[in-house]
Amino acid sequence: MTINRRTFLKGTAATASAGLFSSSAWADDPIGVASIHDLSGGLDIYGKPMVDAITLAIEEANAAGGLLGRQLKLVNYDTQSNMQLYTQFAQQAALKDKVAVVHGGITSASREVIRPVLDKFKTLYFYNTQYEGGVCDRNQFDTGVTPAQTVEKLVPYAMKKWGKKAYVVAADYNYGQITSQWVKKYVMENGGEVSSIDFFPLDVTNFGPTVSKIQAAKPDFVWSALVGGAHISFYRQWAAAGMRASIPMASTTFAVGNEHIVLSPEECNGMLICYNYFQDLKNPVNEAFVASFHKRFGADYPNITELAMGTYQGFRLWAEAVKKAGSVDRLKVIEALETGISIDAPSGKVTIDPPTHHCVLDVHIAEVSDKKLNVLEDFAQQKPADTAAVCNLIKNPNDNQQYVIKI
Amino acid sequence: MDLVALLAIQVLYAIASLALISVGLAIIFGMMRVINLAHGEFLMLGGYAAIVATNHGSPIWLSMLVVAPVVVGVLGVIVERTIIRFLYGRMIDTMLATWGLSLLLVGLTTAIFGNTTVGISAPLGSIQIGAYRTSAYTLFVIAVAAVVLGAIFAVLRWTRLGLIARGTMQNANMAAALGVNPPRVYAVTFGVGAALSGLAGAVLAPVSGVFPTIGVAYVAKSFITVIGGGAAILSGTVSASALFGTINQIATFVTTPVFGEVALLAAAIVLIRLLPQGITGRFFRRGL
Amino acid sequence: MSARHLNLLGLALVGIIGLAVMWLTPRLAELDTVLDLTVYMIMAILALSLALIWGYGGILCFGQSAFFGLGAYTYAIAMFNMGESTVPLLLAIVLPAAFAALLGYFMFYGRISDVYLGVITLTMTLILFNSVNSTAGPEFHIGTARLGGFNGIPGIPPLNWPLNKNAPVDLEGMFYLSSGALLLTYFGLRVLLASRFGRIIVGIRENERRAELLGYDPRTYKLATFTIGGALAGFAGCLFANWGNFVSPTIFGLAQSAQIIIWVIVGGRGTLIGPVLGCIGIQWLSAALGANQPSGGSDLWSKIFANAPLILGIILIAFVLLVPRGLVPTLGDLGQMLLNGRRERKRRDLAPQQAE
Repeated sequence: MTINRRTFLKGTAATASAGLFSSSAWADDPIGVASIHDLSGGLDIYGKPMVDAITLAIEEANAAGGLLGRQLKLVNYDTQSNMQLYTQFAQQAALKDKVAVVHGGITSASREVIRPVLDKFKTLYFYNTQYEGGVCDRNQFDTGVTPAQTVEKLVPYAMKKWGKKAYVVAADYNYGQITSQWVKKYVMENGGEVSSIDFFPLDVTNFGPTVSKIQAAKPDFVWSALVGGAHISFYRQWAAAGMRASIPMASTTFAVGNEHIVLSPEECNGMLICYNYFQDLKNPVNEAFVASFHKRFGADYPNITELAMGTYQGFRLWAEAVKKAGSVDRLKVIEALETGISIDAPSGKVTIDPPTHHCVLDVHIAEVSDKKLNVLEDFAQQKPADTAAVCNLIKNPNDNQQYVIKI
Repeated sequence: MDLVALLAIQVLYAIASLALISVGLAIIFGMMRVINLAHGEFLMLGGYAAIVATNHGSPIWLSMLVVAPVVVGVLGVIVERTIIRFLYGRMIDTMLATWGLSLLLVGLTTAIFGNTTVGISAPLGSIQIGAYRTSAYTLFVIAVAAVVLGAIFAVLRWTRLGLIARGTMQNANMAAALGVNPPRVYAVTFGVGAALSGLAGAVLAPVSGVFPTIGVAYVAKSFITVIGGGAAILSGTVSASALFGTINQIATFVTTPVFGEVALLAAAIVLIRLLPQGITGRFFRRGL
Repeated sequence: MSARHLNLLGLALVGIIGLAVMWLTPRLAELDTVLDLTVYMIMAILALSLALIWGYGGILCFGQSAFFGLGAYTYAIAMFNMGESTVPLLLAIVLPAAFAALLGYFMFYGRISDVYLGVITLTMTLILFNSVNSTAGPEFHIGTARLGGFNGIPGIPPLNWPLNKNAPVDLEGMFYLSSGALLLTYFGLRVLLASRFGRIIVGIRENERRAELLGYDPRTYKLATFTIGGALAGFAGCLFANWGNFVSPTIFGLAQSAQIIIWVIVGGRGTLIGPVLGCIGIQWLSAALGANQPSGGSDLWSKIFANAPLILGIILIAFVLLVPRGLVPTLGDLGQMLLNGRRERKRRDLAPQQAE
């Protein structure tokens, strides 16, 4: 299995210099767009809707005649929730498929695996998941929301409604750690207190002792930054202990994995959440989008998630920039994106913020109600203020790191 | 005081759930010296069976207590007939084959059900203990564990079936000479072990939810409990669950769930080092 | 041709093919193939470490990934603190070896054997997984290196040529290094196994009591085997951390441990070339299954064929039931029968088991 036949037949001596590989496709070949997501293993609840979204986006673009007169081709990789495959597939996408752009990565860990690979092999990268903020890399664009965009709005809303004392339960990894620090900051700024922050590894399913601990602390509300399939049992055990009626809950992670559909209404009604996109947003762009999404994937599709919309918008922003640049060349597309390109997306207007490569977008607070997410309040055009505090790629284009933002 | 009562219930619950998830494995290991690494997937399938049945209109108690054990029990017999029976006496090979089976079942359920966590709400509501509320379902799980262990004891101790099982376990050739059909005993034993795993998976499904890879979380713990308990099925499972469950829950309450887990694992290593034959290799030798 | 000649022929063949792959690949294949092959070579070293301790030493280790992960983490942490890779590389071998020696002393001198070894090693790697997985907070760091918890440690600096900080090993260099290391490991183990020490550990595997009565202390020999295996796995871990510039706790996980065992059983216990081929074959298969997914609403069949655990599970069951000795010994037997008829085969069965 050493060398495959195709490469043998080609007989070209490959050079080790990476720069030569960037975009050498022929003009009439389809433009490659890679999707690197987990479609199996523990994270596919998040990955599947993202791949569906990019599939639809590419089909739409092809139906409209493609980009620059060329068709688009989706190269779809399943990383099986395995970090080693992220590296391998990012290398393949950049070197073998020579794609114009990679959309992919779900957890921050997977992003930090892909990012240096695509930097090294000069392939443009879109990371479309909400995350903890702080990545500053000219080769990367981030279309997901960061804590300053959502937590800042939801904390005062929840405190006004329920009271000043919060108890934070969070997933024990980068996102949970940093988000809970933001929650603490905003709770304090609004004159409240955080009685405790508890962290749980992503595979914990027994929350019995925690439920007791929270009862002993008697907070006015619980803030959940729990993530993933195992953590769903927290909400179940919370409701089973009869706590849902007495202590309410707010979250900026709930419903991303369709938790509100998996759980029964009795287990999660009344929870407050805050995101960029909800399927029930009332605007013509979104209504058309939902209709075509359902036409493509079935009207019984459970819910178009925040992450799916991030991916859809990521692709659309990239396509817009390609049109503007008149080329799929990486640097030209980056320059086009850095003009502050914007699209009218289903979630509202989405604009690239040039200094941070993050997005300026609308966010909405919603309430979980009988397996639906009812939008309560809108906040237009939120800036990625957290990343902006540390990152300016226009001034320092060679910056390349993930900052830990001082809170 | 209320907190102490609550904590006591949680410790009991930890012991009960550990005993429940381990007892199926313990029966298969104790009787047949087979370590079934697809055990976690049997639990997972029990959970799915209960949830699918409930979603198709079966009453929740029926699906948990009858449908799930029957489905997984039948699967167990099929597995025994198609895979395990070729491998008796080759302990390592059975471990590897059941490991393969575990991967296969994970892949299959993922293909069928997807990776989303599914679940059912815990019935029974909540109860008040002083200033605290806790789920009444917790008490139900403890009761199920007690009933299951009691039933195993009764069957082994007082019925003809139990006598045959114990006899085959001690000396299969002698039992065969006396007219017992060991392959049939093995198939039945494996089926019963699998059925109990299915029951445990179903009973725990409302608490933890079910997803295809949940078995991994169960299998390591039950494996450790069974080995820590030693060859005696009942006393081994009960004593090891009591030890590990208590350590785990108290450490969790005092510190964090991670440390609780680590404390459990560390206790297991020390235990196996001190008592390589498990607890029942040294104590309760005459237990069942 | 006698078994001995066959053996030498096999050795020469492995050497020639190995060198040819090493020399030709960067010249003929594209860069991404070279990068993929690099990681397969690294994993093959890991497979060899288990091939030694399980296949020859008879020690069933369910937690070989513990040493692999320790090597990777040691290298990463030391590298962030030192910035020059000579010492970190050595530490990544020494530390896992020391840990293996400690654990081995605890187990073998406690006369723990069989399945109990499996449980302890499995538990050990789960403890490491759980502990490292919960170090996400900023308070967990060693020197300047954040442990990173679930997210792991990204951006690990690459190896440099010994004692020269400013000469990092490039991608092609990494390929030469990994494949060279694999060849060296392979031949090193062949020499080791042909030595007196090798004969004794195989003797202990075959019958511990008999070996003991002949005056060999099985505990010492097992401990030594286990420690060498730990060192090799740690070395592979160091190379792996280099290859992806990344390490995360999943390296300690059950899935990783499972893989190593599957490589060895598919390739063949009691051989060295078998686990290497098993490792490369299965890795290649996993990657091939994950690449080029059908997109959109795929039907059940395509879900099944694109489903890595399912395929791996079927392979494992099939091998245990149908080819229990693994590919290489079974093929070797077939070849032997075709070449020499039955007489030779009988003789070979009496001789201690050899590679190929």
